[in-house]
Amino acid sequence: MELIMEQMPIVIHALNVGFLQTLKLFFVTLIGAIPLGLIIAFGSMSRFRPLSLLCRILVWVIRGTPLMIQLLIIYYFPGLVLGIPVWGGGEAGRFLAASVSFIINYACYFSEIYRGGIQGVPVGQEEAGLVLGMTRVQIFFRVTLLQMIKRIVPPMSNEIITLVKDTSLARIIALQEIIWAGQAFLKGSYGISGAIWPLFFTAVYYLVCNGILTLLLGHLEKKLSYFR
Amino acid sequence: MAILEVEHIEKTFEHTEVLKDISFSLEQGQVLSIIGSSGSGKTTLLRCLNFLERPDKGVIRVNGETLLDASAARSSGEADIRRKRLHFGLVFQSFNLFPQYTARQNVMLAKELLAKEQPDYKARKKEIHREIQAQAEALLEQMGLSDRMDNYPHQLSGGQCQRVAIARALDPELTGEVLKVIKKLADDNTTMIIVTHEMAFARDVASQVIFMDDGYILEQGTPDQVFGHPKEARTRQFLSRYQAEKFSF
Repeated sequence: MELIMEQMPIVIHALNVGFLQTLKLFFVTLIGAIPLGLIIAFGSMSRFRPLSLLCRILVWVIRGTPLMIQLLIIYYFPGLVLGIPVWGGGEAGRFLAASVSFIINYACYFSEIYRGGIQGVPVGQEEAGLVLGMTRVQIFFRVTLLQMIKRIVPPMSNEIITLVKDTSLARIIALQEIIWAGQAFLKGSYGISGAIWPLFFTAVYYLVCNGILTLLLGHLEKKLSYFR
Repeated sequence: MAILEVEHIEKTFEHTEVLKDISFSLEQGQVLSIIGSSGSGKTTLLRCLNFLERPDKGVIRVNGETLLDASAARSSGEADIRRKRLHFGLVFQSFNLFPQYTARQNVMLAKELLAKEQPDYKARKKEIHREIQAQAEALLEQMGLSDRMDNYPHQLSGGQCQRVAIARALDPELTGEVLKVIKKLADDNTTMIIVTHEMAFARDVASQVIFMDDGYILEQGTPDQVFGHPKEARTRQFLSRYQAEKFSF
């Protein structure tokens, strides 16, 4: 116990550094996947068959294979198989590869949530707008969008909380996120080795982070409860 | 001159012929009640008149202007259809109020968006907004909803929602509890087509009645002719069923 108290400041510092990388990956994924998901959703609902087919196949492949495999393929395939190391070296390259993998993966999941949200808004809403002389663009932004957002908040909250924990998968390409930082104390890091507790302690970070997100997303859900 | 002329409208969905040769005309201020069993094509006819469906055949004219000629090439673009729709107001069976807006905002939204297309919008923005709001409030007041303007649709009863939907569909210059409102509208020279299963109301408010059956207009005339002295066996059958139902309630 005394030893742990002694190691604590060093471990916390290292874990904070790792968690910063975790958060970076989390936010970059959200910023990229939220709009990309909308594009894929509109693509798979397109009346232009080749486009909708392409989008549906992409969603099928991405949702049908493990994110861990996707990370490995996206990171290693260009360099090892094609001989074109697109990601560059070091932590920056690993972060870029991880970001691309996560954005594509989450955009596919989001697109299906969006599709459900858009198709869940009754056709009568669009028809009412048309009869009143509104344009389709006006109808989307002034009538449909908010109803869609209200519908997708609960399933999106689920995905967003899963994303916080999924960032730990980037450990597989040695991205120095919090699990990597915790595990490092087993082999030796900052002069500490053979310590397993830092790895276990990382769970607290995830728990606190998801607690805050749960509160924020719950607040958003409540804000949208003024209509039905 | 007839304000609305409908000639030989036909509409098929997949392999179901829903409308088979529908023709009628309406004079300014007339109120037309369309009656008929469910599936007879009443709703599809209204949807065609509002360009939510495109008829396969036929012509629709308003004030002599041809709004739709199904035999002509599909030339009208989105903007053109939008302009044509403004000739008609439509109150949906399920009202389709926008749930995220209050009663007042429901009535105002489309009018405000249309006002943006006026050339002097920028200069008179505030004034236009006040005008639209005053019109919306006057309409809602006439509908007996003065104390419900800031309520959201889910906070209103079915009848109140219907009245908001009527207020939303109306031209602001026109005026109008639901039956009373529509009667008042008829007195005000608003031309109306009413699709209803409320036979007593249909008879009471209409100047013309159409009985639709299986995509055709089977009988057409004054309320007295259609309700009092129906010529067709199908019409008598339909009306007696409604009377029987009334007693069974």
